[in-house]
Amino acid sequence: MKIKPGKFSDYAAIGFPAGMLTVFFVIPFGIMIAMSFFQRVQGAFYEPAFVFENYARFLSTFFAGILGFSVGLAALVAVVSVLLAFPFTYILTRMARQTQVVWLVFLLSVLSLSEVLIGFGWSTLLSRTAGITNLLVSLGIMDKPMSLSPSFGAVMTGMVYQTFPYTVLVLYPALSRLDPSLVEAARTLGSGPARSFLNVVVPALRNSIVSTLIMVFVFALGCYLLPQLLGKPSHWTLSVLITDQAIYQSNMPFAAAMAVFLVLVSLSLVAISLLYGKKENAG
Amino acid sequence: MSGLVFDSIVKKFGDFTAVHETSLTIPQGKFVCLLGPSGCGKTTLLRMIAGLEDPTTGRILLEGNDVTRIPTHQRDFGMVFQNLALFPHLSVGENIAYPLRIRGGSKADCFKAVKRLLDLVQLPDMADRPVARLSGGQKQRVAIARALALEPKLFLLDEPLSALDAKLRESMQIELKQLQQKLGITTIVVTHDQREAMTMADLVVVMSQGKVHQVAPPVEIYRKPKDAFVADFIGSTNLISGRVSAAGKIAVAGGTLLADDLPKSGDVTLSVRPENIRLTKENGENSLGTLTGDVSYIRDLGASIEFYLNVAGQQITAITTPSDRPDVVAGDSVSVAFPKDACVVLGDA
Repeated sequence: MKIKPGKFSDYAAIGFPAGMLTVFFVIPFGIMIAMSFFQRVQGAFYEPAFVFENYARFLSTFFAGILGFSVGLAALVAVVSVLLAFPFTYILTRMARQTQVVWLVFLLSVLSLSEVLIGFGWSTLLSRTAGITNLLVSLGIMDKPMSLSPSFGAVMTGMVYQTFPYTVLVLYPALSRLDPSLVEAARTLGSGPARSFLNVVVPALRNSIVSTLIMVFVFALGCYLLPQLLGKPSHWTLSVLITDQAIYQSNMPFAAAMAVFLVLVSLSLVAISLLYGKKENAG
Repeated sequence: MSGLVFDSIVKKFGDFTAVHETSLTIPQGKFVCLLGPSGCGKTTLLRMIAGLEDPTTGRILLEGNDVTRIPTHQRDFGMVFQNLALFPHLSVGENIAYPLRIRGGSKADCFKAVKRLLDLVQLPDMADRPVARLSGGQKQRVAIARALALEPKLFLLDEPLSALDAKLRESMQIELKQLQQKLGITTIVVTHDQREAMTMADLVVVMSQGKVHQVAPPVEIYRKPKDAFVADFIGSTNLISGRVSAAGKIAVAGGTLLADDLPKSGDVTLSVRPENIRLTKENGENSLGTLTGDVSYIRDLGASIEFYLNVAGQQITAITTPSDRPDVVAGDSVSVAFPKDACVVLGDA
């Protein structure tokens, strides 16, 4: 039997979250979409209109290239983070409770660092004058110190450093719930430790891995400080350009159009991966 | 020495000793049950056989070869886990073929093996089913088939039937026993259910608190328990303490009992199974081995009747069949006869 809610008070329970969602998400997002069709006024700010100019400008090879780079970078960061964090978290969940707590507290404290701190921290660590290459020189591994930043490697390092704690914390519940007897069963059936990890642990947690990849990907897509602090202009992402247009060029309509486009691209990528996952599960 | 041998095995987890020094021989081709209450070390013992735990000291030998340091995945023992541990991302057939596939078995070989094993556990034509869509009993059979895929030297099962309902469990016990007899494979089952052990085992190993109490065939465990723990854990029993008064005689509260294999003197504890006690209406003449008691309660279960008796201040339970039922009611005095061969002298626990 289906109970039909009739009175207004029946809806009161969902009123608060619905209201919060409206005020802090639907309305700002609506404003952004509306603004993406506004007309920019040269020398002034913008005026309400309904033009496709902003989207049209966006459809150039220059912006397509940047969009491609942004998506590629975010995907690479997601893959590297999960590749590092998955085995790490697996080993962590097999350790003593005390050790796990210490590690999780440490990761949470890394998480509390702001993007600015991480960016400047790494740019110092990767610099010629004070960076880790000096350590390598004193150990006799390198001849003379060199600068590792700005570079693509530096951007990757900074972003993976930032996403790694998130990735571990998202994977942790699923991995700690994993039945240890699955791995033991694989071992009694003749699998060595590495093989049982790849054959049993990874496939058994495929759904968690996919959702973690998506989460880290979306997170990395919005990253705009680290590419500026650790990368060359060619490593700047769409988020950097959006910030640049909105704040420095005062072109809010164009920034809004790019932001809407970025949201659409990431949403469709998420939808594709979810759809793919569903099909796999059904088969 | 043939079979599986535990040579002075000790297992400690930190300060806690899970298994005290144990030496034990499990003969080739037998069905053995490790029986005891939870936390008695029986699962730890099984996991040491599989190599999932390393003994703190001591050796494990299989057919004379020391296997103590051989890693689990090179031992080739089949094991069924308590929660079965079927791989959720693989189908029934892929689960069973897993050990063959990782050894590089060809598709055709795997297919043939899966078919043979599914026939063996009476689940034909199930190979393509996802594991999630099986019933409890079917999962059980798949886990057994997977563990047997390699034709292992040892077949280990950790509380394999505990997740099944009572009726299915009983039929699986019989089926498992028949399967073992057909294959002639040395099988070791961990269980806390004494009925399960009695149903399946050739040899029962009774354990508690990390110590082995008795190793014997089920009937002997029941009839000749070695100590009070075994007597009480396997079935129900009456424990009566007394003192050896003369050769073959024990003075107990309310009279004298007779028993074989008595020590020359000192305090002893007797175990007498309820179904071996004979009841007759009190007639005033008590011979040796017979005490007088009062019936405090009668519980008629149809197939058997339990009499709760007060014999010289001690609670004694007796069980009779309907045809042997004495003509007494609660409150009557009865003669309680303890036949000589039913009084088993227990050692120290």
